[in-house]
Amino acid sequence: MSSVTEAPPSSLGRQRFAPLRALLADPFTGAALILVAGFLITAALAPWLAPYSPTKIDVLHKLQPPSAEHWFGTDHLGRDLLSRIVFGTRTALTIAMVSVVIAGAIGLLLGLIAGYGPRWLDALLVLTFDSLNSLPMIMFALAIITVLGAGTSTLIIVIAATSFPSYARLIRAQTLALKNSDYILAERLLDAGTVRIIFVHLLPNVVGPLIILLSMDIPVVIMVEAGLSFLGLGVRPPTPSWGSILYDGYTSIRSAPFMVIFGGFPLVLATLGFTFLGEGLRDYLDPRLKLRRPA
Amino acid sequence: MLTYAIKRIGLGLLILTFVMVVMYTAVFLVPGDPASVALGPRATPELKKMLIERMGLDQPVWWQIVEFFRNALTGNLGYDVWSNRPVSTLVMEALPNTLVLGVTSLAAALLIGVPLGCLSVVRRGTAADAIIGVLSVGVIAVPSFVVAIYSLLLFAVTLRWLPAIGAGETGDLVSQAKALVMPALAIALGWIGYIARMVRASMMEVMGEPHIRTARSFGLPEWKIVSKYALRIAIIPTISLVAVGLGSILSSAVFVEAVFARPGIGRLVTDAVNTRNYPVVMGTVLIMTAIYVSITIAADLLIARLDPRVRDVFRD
Repeated sequence: MSSVTEAPPSSLGRQRFAPLRALLADPFTGAALILVAGFLITAALAPWLAPYSPTKIDVLHKLQPPSAEHWFGTDHLGRDLLSRIVFGTRTALTIAMVSVVIAGAIGLLLGLIAGYGPRWLDALLVLTFDSLNSLPMIMFALAIITVLGAGTSTLIIVIAATSFPSYARLIRAQTLALKNSDYILAERLLDAGTVRIIFVHLLPNVVGPLIILLSMDIPVVIMVEAGLSFLGLGVRPPTPSWGSILYDGYTSIRSAPFMVIFGGFPLVLATLGFTFLGEGLRDYLDPRLKLRRPA
Repeated sequence: MLTYAIKRIGLGLLILTFVMVVMYTAVFLVPGDPASVALGPRATPELKKMLIERMGLDQPVWWQIVEFFRNALTGNLGYDVWSNRPVSTLVMEALPNTLVLGVTSLAAALLIGVPLGCLSVVRRGTAADAIIGVLSVGVIAVPSFVVAIYSLLLFAVTLRWLPAIGAGETGDLVSQAKALVMPALAIALGWIGYIARMVRASMMEVMGEPHIRTARSFGLPEWKIVSKYALRIAIIPTISLVAVGLGSILSSAVFVEAVFARPGIGRLVTDAVNTRNYPVVMGTVLIMTAIYVSITIAADLLIARLDPRVRDVFRD
């Protein structure tokens, strides 16, 4: 009894934060976490952080180099580049989060159905996953954009449609592995319904690796959004996106090179931050998962 | 082996059919007809009707799909809605530029990535290993089109060492090679890191095997063990990755070609998407998917030949 009360109160706190501490032991993961937190805060506080409106046109002051008034200069329409980049953070992170969550949810549901459902349904779903997976992603994305027209919602559909198959594959494999485990058999003997078994007993046990995979895919999604917006096939103007900022800079690369320099930086930092954070999470939670492919 | 090959090719054809059916169905599920979207709000009904007929959109969906495949089998992929040129000609003009870019990038990535991975293993646990590891993840993270834009700014605009746009003069190999340097490096950079990491990871697994220990007990130098005995086994997973990689390299090519205005498949399809040129998009997507699927099948068969464990699984 006395030995318990004698324990210093700080040791409990230290124990509680042990996972975070272990995660931060790697300096790159720590730096990545700070970067990612910075981007999240920028996205959340964009209206307060941006010095100007990101869409306010001021043609008299177009293509101005960085100055005290406009830290990052102005673009070809005289819009403040820093404000556009700050609001672009919001665009990039919103699209990344929303599409990854949608893709994850679809993948989770279909993966559970394929893994636990009847064999014919499994075969059909696996064929669908493999077909979608064996498509060159950008070609498929461009085909969808041709049909639906460019825009934010199309972008989210494109990303969700191209990424859910690999999530579903992962969940299916996990479900198959658990399907005949003792505790599921016990549930079945107790006459539990299929829906109950899937959602109460299987779901919590298969969702872990999915979350790691989703976090590792966020930088890929950020890159796809920026890339498609760069091609004019993503976010519609005048909504600021890192990709369209880069495109505006690209068209005036000779007269105003500062635009691509500043325009590319947040994209590079964000993909680096999210990648190293994802790697750290993966190493800490499940080292067996594979490294993501280059963007 | 033969049964396995037939199975894989059958699955490949099934996938191709599936993709085209899904794409055609999607066109019809979407509200609003493609012709009015392509022509804009001020189009006359006659003009719209003409375009609908030219795109074949007045036929039932299933008939369009059958027609598309029937024509595709004879090499006819339809006609460009705006210029009326055959889609197959457009694709054949653009494809070489993209394939050269893809193969060059991949070759560069292998030539640099594999030795880096080996170096990492020989020097495992040292600072060199750690630096290669961090740099690898770093270059994987950076989007290729950003690398493309920065290298354009540095090497073409500022230093003027390399041409900024195009694929070089026809027939002039030097100018073509010069035009290839930046796009290829932009794509290869991420793959160098990826291949280095994959080679390192699969080689670390191999390093514990008995034949490596035997080689070591004979007193062979570490670099010789790595390059001669370990690499031979460790390269197998990398081959399959590289094959899958060629597909995603073709995807990166879309963005990189846009940056360098390189007249390849990426540019062709992006322009077609922007002008809602359905036949060109459909035809290009079919060709690219076919190429991608064939590469994947070829890689799977190659792996099955190289790795007896895979071969045996499919013998049963």
